Amino acid sequence: MTLRDIVELLEAEVLYEGADLNREVPCAFASDLISDILMCTKEPTLLLTGLTNNQVIRLADMIDLIGIVFVRGKKPMQDVIDMAKERGLPLVATNMTLYRSSGILYNAGLRSCRI
Amino acid sequence: MQDSAVAEFEMSEYWYIKPDFEEKVQDFFAQKREPEVVLELDIPGKDFNIAGKGSSELKNLLKRLGVDSEILRRIAVAGYEAEINVAAHSQGGKMISNVFDNLIYMQFMDNGPGISNIQQAMTPGFSTADDLVRELGFGAGLGLPNIQKNSDALHITSALNSPTLVEIIIFF
Repeated sequence: MTLRDIVELLEAEVLYEGADLNREVPCAFASDLISDILMCTKEPTLLLTGLTNNQVIRLADMIDLIGIVFVRGKKPMQDVIDMAKERGLPLVATNMTLYRSSGILYNAGLRSCRI
Repeated sequence: MQDSAVAEFEMSEYWYIKPDFEEKVQDFFAQKREPEVVLELDIPGKDFNIAGKGSSELKNLLKRLGVDSEILRRIAVAGYEAEINVAAHSQGGKMISNVFDNLIYMQFMDNGPGISNIQQAMTPGFSTADDLVRELGFGAGLGLPNIQKNSDALHITSALNSPTLVEIIIFF
């Protein structure tokens, strides 16, 4: 599954031009708590979250994030989007809830990341 | 590790050494080697724009030195959680990263107010984070447990109304 497939499945909006949507996504993790997200140290992962502050982008400096899906219609401010752009980290936003987004992706065959 | 500090306050301390690493950790402290590189960074209290930068820079440096990527992630996560702890819970402090050829020795020291019960603070889910900190997605009560999970050795020295010193060792 690629990020492009995920954008389609979640009817999501890509938050900046030029993001690499052809990246292969092997697994995903969903949480609104930073320390929970930091449990994903074992493999590159897609993150689904409702957190939109700059620390979410900084997480990508610590662990390998393939991209971030912001759920529940939340969108980060422009400075946060710029931080992601600098790092080449694709950002997409969906109006779906965290539960629904995760369910759809899981049903489509996207597994949980190893923790 | 910091005998003078222990003597000065009535400190409590917490030690964790990963099984089979006892000898390596003891050797490290006994040898008293000079680090090859030292990175020092101030961490202001409640400033979440700066918190995390030190670990990010450290990870980049170690990546250039060829450290394995999973070990890099462990170092980055342990360092990041400790930086966030200083920013979220203290009146500010600093991060000192001592890079050796076979390990990283990170020191986080703050200006208080200290941890009254370290054992309790190590319990997954226990948190004293305030609303501001929680709104940003912190305060899961997993900071110290996450540090321990990613470290080969962890030493915490603190007491109420005293500085806290967190020392982390991770071998390459």
